Amino acid sequence: MEKVIQVNDVKAWYGSLQTLKGISLEISKNRVTAIIGPSGCGKSTFIRCLNRMHEVVPGAKVEGKILINKTDIYSTQVDPVEIRRRIGMVFQKPNPFPTMTIYNNVASGLKLNGVNNKKVLGEAVEKSLRRAALWDEVKDRLNHSGMSLSGGQQQRLCIARALAVEPDILLMDEPASALDPISTLRIEELVQELKQQYTIVIVTHNMQQAARISDYTAFFLNGEIIEYDITENIFTKPKDKRTEDYITGRFG
Amino acid sequence: MSELQSQYAKRYKSRKFINYIMITIMLLSTLLALIPLFSILTHIGISGIKALNLQFITNLPAPVGEPGGGMGNALVGTLVLVSLAALMGIPVGVLTAIYLSEYQQVGLFPSTVRFVADSLLGIPSIVVGIFVYLIIVLPMKSFSALAGGVALGIMLIPIVIRGTEGMLKMVPDSLREAALALGMRKWRVIVSIVLPTAIKGIITTIMLGIARVAGETAPLLLTAFGNHFWSTKLDQPIGALPLQIFNYAISPFDEWHNQAWAGSLLLILVVLILSIIARLATRGNKLN
Repeated sequence: MEKVIQVNDVKAWYGSLQTLKGISLEISKNRVTAIIGPSGCGKSTFIRCLNRMHEVVPGAKVEGKILINKTDIYSTQVDPVEIRRRIGMVFQKPNPFPTMTIYNNVASGLKLNGVNNKKVLGEAVEKSLRRAALWDEVKDRLNHSGMSLSGGQQQRLCIARALAVEPDILLMDEPASALDPISTLRIEELVQELKQQYTIVIVTHNMQQAARISDYTAFFLNGEIIEYDITENIFTKPKDKRTEDYITGRFG
Repeated sequence: MSELQSQYAKRYKSRKFINYIMITIMLLSTLLALIPLFSILTHIGISGIKALNLQFITNLPAPVGEPGGGMGNALVGTLVLVSLAALMGIPVGVLTAIYLSEYQQVGLFPSTVRFVADSLLGIPSIVVGIFVYLIIVLPMKSFSALAGGVALGIMLIPIVIRGTEGMLKMVPDSLREAALALGMRKWRVIVSIVLPTAIKGIITTIMLGIARVAGETAPLLLTAFGNHFWSTKLDQPIGALPLQIFNYAISPFDEWHNQAWAGSLLLILVVLILSIIARLATRGNKLN
């Protein structure tokens, strides 16, 4: 199994608060890897380190080594903007750009990076919306505001927006936690389809969700990785007592 | 009914009564606030409309007793002065606000800038006039449109800084993060995401600032000075509506008093038209 992301002893801080205390793990290509753990355990910080989004918060700091496709993304020769173009990210709350149409939301990543060819843009928009399973619902109103969509549709719009720049890795930070059960189900189905083409890392609060959709699961606690294994093993025969306590609902 | 429930029932009546009283007080306060606003507007409208006509807008002031005098020079002067102020105040103010909101939110330097801007907001406008008199009028040995424009520009800067910064802060960070995560460069995020999202509020802030400085008289007394003839030269004294209104209002002639009212109405209309133009210009930018 090819490892696209190799994380070695990563530590991260917000100001003086250390949120990651030495994380090491490897993430497999075209698989869904879930990060679970109680609030404040460093799940979100961890995936924000993977596309250099952690450092955009004032006072935030990262140490350690992260290789993505064998490139050290924290090397001084690497432009963080280039890294972010190759790694898509979907956030907890749907955040379409309010001043843009549905079409422009999806095209924004390409347009604002200099792609102007109408044909190229149109094809990319349709392809991305189809992949995000939103095309049929919005194809007749691409010129409407992105804000006119329901919460679940907005989140799929954000997924389409992230896919349009053709990343090979997709990071999802609790993408369904602000959605209703039906929208959540659609996002989960989507994740299953997307893993054919993308490597997906998903942070989730919802253990059933992790069990349903992921191939691998990492359990985080207080900024440390407690256990990392095939999802089935984590949920059926956890090796660590703390993992077992967490997944059985005894804390967290 | 339990004891607790009966207690609630008893209190319900008095709560409803207090609610009624409070809403009445709020409504009365609102009406009280509206009275002066409304009476100023109607009074200026009624008194000003009598002398306001095309001649008034296009002609120069006439000596007392001669009919057909106007404030054309002062109208042009005000437009020149406000344009100069806008040229100076809007770029400096907006760029400072972007710096404070997007690049350097915390620290000694940004908080000093905010403190200075806030102090400048509260400074008496005549003081700004005296300052510009010292740094521009004395060296140039002449009152001038430039000096007047700079004085108004100095007053506009802090209004634009604080207003625009507030509007930029209202743009949720989640939008900035979404754009950064798509691989946009920071300046791109600001130009294409943050500013368009906040543009309506920024325009409103700027228009309020323009309206405020367009009506200033005190800082112009020692800078633009006033001019009863046509002038658009930046190094010469220039007329301005508030100055001419002031001069006419303190004169002993009824005819000039009427013209002062008409000038006031004209000033209000100028500000109103500027706001409408700004609104129309940004209409295409908003979708919801």
